[in-house]
Amino acid sequence: MATVSLTVNGKAVTANIDPRTLLVQFLRENLRLTGTHVGCDTSQCGACLVHLDGKAVKSCTTLAVAVDGASVTTIEGLAADGALHPMQEAFREHHGLQCGFCTPGMIMSAVDMVNRRGHQLDEKTIREDLDGNICRCTGYHNIVKAIAAGAEAMGKGTAPVRQAAE
Amino acid sequence: MSVTGIGAAVRRKEDHRFITGQGRYTDDVNRPGQAHAYFLRSPHAHAKIKSIDTKAAAGMPGVLGIFTGADLAIDKIGGLICGWMIHNKDGSPMRAGPHPALAQGKVRYVGDHVAVVVAETLAQAKDAAEAIAVDYQELPAVVDTAKAAGAKTVVHDEAPDNTVFNWHLGDKDATEKAFKAAKHVTKLDLVNNRLVPNAMEPRAAVGDYDAGDGVFTLYTTSQNPHVARLVLSAFIGIAPENKLRVIAPDVGGGFGSKIFIYAEETVCVWAAKKVGRPVKWTADRTEAFLSDAHGRDHVTHAELATDAEGKILAMRVHTTANLGAYLSTFSSSVPTYLYAPLLSGQYDIPAIYCEVDAVYTNTAPVDAYRGAGRPEATFVVERLIEVTARQLGKDPAKFRMLNYIKKFPHQTPVIMMYDTGNYGASMKKALEMIDYKGLGKRKRDSSRASKLRGIGFSSYIEACGIAPSAAVGSLGAGVGLWESAEVRVNPVGTVEVLTGSHSHGQGHETTFAQLVSDRLGIPIDNVSIIHGDTDKVQMGMGTYGSRSGAVGMSAIFKALDKVIAKGKKVAAHVLEADEADIDFADGHFTVKGTDRKLDFGSCALQAYVAHKFNGQELEPGLKEGAFYDPTNFTFPAGVHICEVEIDPDTGVTRIDRWAAVDDFGNVINPMIVEGQVHGGIAQGVGQALLEGARYNADGQLVTASFMDYTMPRADDLPSFEVGMTVTPCPSNPLGIKGCGEAGAIASPPAVINAITDALGHEDIAMPATPQAVWRAAQKSISRLAAE
Amino acid sequence: MYAFTYHKPTSARQAATLLAKKEDAKILAGGHTLLPTMKQRLASPSALVDLGACADLKGIARKGRNIVIGAMTTHAEVADSAEVREAIPALALLAGHIGDPHVRHRGTIGGSVANNDPAADYPAALLALGATVVTNKRKLTAEEFFTGLYETALEEGEIITKVSFPLASKAGYAKFRNPASRYAMVGVFVAKRGSEIRVAVTGAGEGGVFRWPEAEAALKARFAPKSLDGLKHTAKGINGDIHADPEYRAHLIGVMAKQAVAQATGKAG
Repeated sequence: MATVSLTVNGKAVTANIDPRTLLVQFLRENLRLTGTHVGCDTSQCGACLVHLDGKAVKSCTTLAVAVDGASVTTIEGLAADGALHPMQEAFREHHGLQCGFCTPGMIMSAVDMVNRRGHQLDEKTIREDLDGNICRCTGYHNIVKAIAAGAEAMGKGTAPVRQAAE
Repeated sequence: MSVTGIGAAVRRKEDHRFITGQGRYTDDVNRPGQAHAYFLRSPHAHAKIKSIDTKAAAGMPGVLGIFTGADLAIDKIGGLICGWMIHNKDGSPMRAGPHPALAQGKVRYVGDHVAVVVAETLAQAKDAAEAIAVDYQELPAVVDTAKAAGAKTVVHDEAPDNTVFNWHLGDKDATEKAFKAAKHVTKLDLVNNRLVPNAMEPRAAVGDYDAGDGVFTLYTTSQNPHVARLVLSAFIGIAPENKLRVIAPDVGGGFGSKIFIYAEETVCVWAAKKVGRPVKWTADRTEAFLSDAHGRDHVTHAELATDAEGKILAMRVHTTANLGAYLSTFSSSVPTYLYAPLLSGQYDIPAIYCEVDAVYTNTAPVDAYRGAGRPEATFVVERLIEVTARQLGKDPAKFRMLNYIKKFPHQTPVIMMYDTGNYGASMKKALEMIDYKGLGKRKRDSSRASKLRGIGFSSYIEACGIAPSAAVGSLGAGVGLWESAEVRVNPVGTVEVLTGSHSHGQGHETTFAQLVSDRLGIPIDNVSIIHGDTDKVQMGMGTYGSRSGAVGMSAIFKALDKVIAKGKKVAAHVLEADEADIDFADGHFTVKGTDRKLDFGSCALQAYVAHKFNGQELEPGLKEGAFYDPTNFTFPAGVHICEVEIDPDTGVTRIDRWAAVDDFGNVINPMIVEGQVHGGIAQGVGQALLEGARYNADGQLVTASFMDYTMPRADDLPSFEVGMTVTPCPSNPLGIKGCGEAGAIASPPAVINAITDALGHEDIAMPATPQAVWRAAQKSISRLAAE
Repeated sequence: MYAFTYHKPTSARQAATLLAKKEDAKILAGGHTLLPTMKQRLASPSALVDLGACADLKGIARKGRNIVIGAMTTHAEVADSAEVREAIPALALLAGHIGDPHVRHRGTIGGSVANNDPAADYPAALLALGATVVTNKRKLTAEEFFTGLYETALEEGEIITKVSFPLASKAGYAKFRNPASRYAMVGVFVAKRGSEIRVAVTGAGEGGVFRWPEAEAALKARFAPKSLDGLKHTAKGINGDIHADPEYRAHLIGVMAKQAVAQATGKAG
């Protein structure tokens, strides 16, 4: 067993875990943060995306013990003080989700995209940068629209660009 | 139209929980004391099981139980069923082998279920599964759809030539006669490639048993929990229906694959009692590839006969359909009654004859996948039409319009009675949207850049809103296909609607609430939609076949009629008027010709306090239920046009533009309907360009992960132009036709017609991968050089 | 995954000591190849030595006519590095197109090079640029280092510490991605250093990354896409799978080589 201490959505957590525990298992099973999903075994679908020290990573391909001391933001931690994050709001406004399963990963990916590339995102950039996220419902059409609008809204300061936890 | 009523693009009520990570999917369910199941699966496509030794495994850490097919047999747990009986041409019933939830004596595909290990943790269950010794006697595998019939290797003894049925539809003699008289005959050999549905949420199940009252609870990824309960109770024998509760919580996409009752949920709920602990199983993606029911997999020869003017005279089709190693829940209906009755397309075709041979192979079961039979039919029809137009030197749009059905109702030669439509209107609109007039210039521009440009049409029709129970019963269905609804009005005037439909991405919590808000004149936030729990909803048939709007909402509509009728009685007492003088509109009961009125909420309160009327003459309360059985299928139809540009140097096909014009009848929420169209197109483009499940000759699935099976990603697709025309459906009260499958049905032939237009020849199969297109483009170039 | 013990040394030296002590230990870098393999139970190391805390294995520096990249530097860091973008833009471009953005946040150059996946991007850059792989024991040229499919010259317990890339006067990289996995189905890196021209191909070779001498000779006459007109790579020794047979892959080598040269010469369309 190994001890791991993380800051998850702004809260300090410490646990004794089997070293083979993946970050996604730690979040879902130990912390019961079930918004982060598992959709594949090969690090491709992106349903498991979380922000690790402010950067999007695949929590299904990360050992919890290996990120000891890090700060993790999950979809549950994106809304600050009960107000939706502008990217969450944009996904609802533009019907960027259907079954909702890929959605947490999509939103975490989208926020990361804005953090990396800024607030003006064209369609080509968004589509290329969604390389690591698979959706089976939407055909991506409305996800692309949602991300462009969410990026712009983030720039208008309707919410902090980076969450305090990151 | 109110801002939340019928026709408004209301933002979805269910979204808040999904965008904040609060959705509750089956794998998010954790029961106290929960154990984990792991299925040991066959590594062989075909083998006899000589013995299974579980002794060593049973003693390993954390193991609570290991079960095999023998244990199911001892407990008299029945096999999985196929709920649709198909008859052969000679009238004899189809030949079906048994389908045990855990293999008994033989395994028939890679991934077939050999044993289940239940342990404290998943890792322990996997460790123990590795210690189970199975002695297999390997057998040769039959894999190829076209070669299965009559192969030496026999999958099931019950079907000695691997043929499940030889079925046909249509008038053979009339068709032959028409072909003899034809001026032109187009012949095509087509393969409809095998697909893996790949809903992003893998299948999962949590079985729980309450020993105190003997009740089983199954949480499962289902599109139709009541059908699951019916099958698990009445056929498989888990428990009587009153002792089995099935809950399908949030479900992360289905596309057909979660209609069926599978081995895993059967075993989990049964094993929960065996080990005295809740049992959870969640598929990993490779398990999903191996064991989810696949889709399509047809091999077809099709011919179309025309006269000298290009009028269609007749069509004949022979299809071999691969049903895999076992008959999945509705598999037999897909290549038969969901397929051949759509072969008339949007066209006036006097004679059609279709033969279908369904075969067993050593591959995963094949069943309904988005569109189910109708994409396969549309691919046949629209490829035939396009190629015929080219061979006759006619403009493909004009050729279609020449042959469109223009008078309704129209009886096709293959069962269907089309009720309404305006196919020409959709075509005209689509031609404008794609800028058909500018195509020549765009082709020249592409050519200058050493690219090949092509345009492809698809005029699809589908039969949705399945379906009149008597009609499907006469065709072999084991169930009726009505839907139920219950509208519960609370004393404060808020409303709960219990529906037998199930939402797994379709947005029912919003669209159904729009209907209620619109009809009762109450705020949409006062309406809750409840589904997916057999303890809450009395009965239902579930969601598939684009039926939830046309059938599910019609049931709600009927129940609302009854609520309003009852409300009028209550209002009559309260307002001291004659019931016949009470009107209901905009949320108020009014007395004709007066200003006396009662709002809906007050009426509900009066119904419950029951002070103003005699409870013996008028029952207190305000709650009504309805079952709605449709009177006909619905017939959504439309035109999709795809324009591609091919780089002949790499074989990469880029979709440059897409125009979709669909007639779904009346639309409840255009935002949601457009979203359904987008998603459907993406799956159809996936079939045409990217996706294909491939087994090697030994029956190993070569495409068993996203590393090898190409899922459409954002940069594979363009944005889509989506338009609509409307001819209201006459057979249901809301005039709805259904929209869930249209995109997936329309798009594959649109893409292939565009690619073949660009290539200048017809020699390309789906999926048209870069390699396939590159090779086909070499052929185009060498042809051009030869000319 | 099978059980293992986990170790997190803070320097390469400590890591080497641990590796020497633990039988059947494996190095964990970014984990984006190793962890999926372990999840599928296809690898069962008894111990993992995580290099994530070894500060001496991180960072990018310009040293004279070389760009030196620490083994634990992520693909994203290389792609975003001002030094790399200025000195060898093609290398930054290559790093910026490995996997997807999230993979690039974790995956490392050392992990990629040590794994020598035939469909990885970095091996082509190392071979074409004439890079040196520096380990805790020695220095190896790219030719010496890559020895075959998933095989390298690394010995038991040997740790890559950095990779040193000599600057090129011109360099370009083009790849055709596998439609499903998005790995390189064919990737071609071209580099011109003084009079030396190298064309390295990844994704296509049965034995992993290789050089294409005919293309190098053709480009020596004139370093321009046109010089490759009509030049075809043989299909012999080229990989085949369901996505691309040897003939198609061989054809793509020519197409990608041209695109890479166009990029190197600023003529990319």
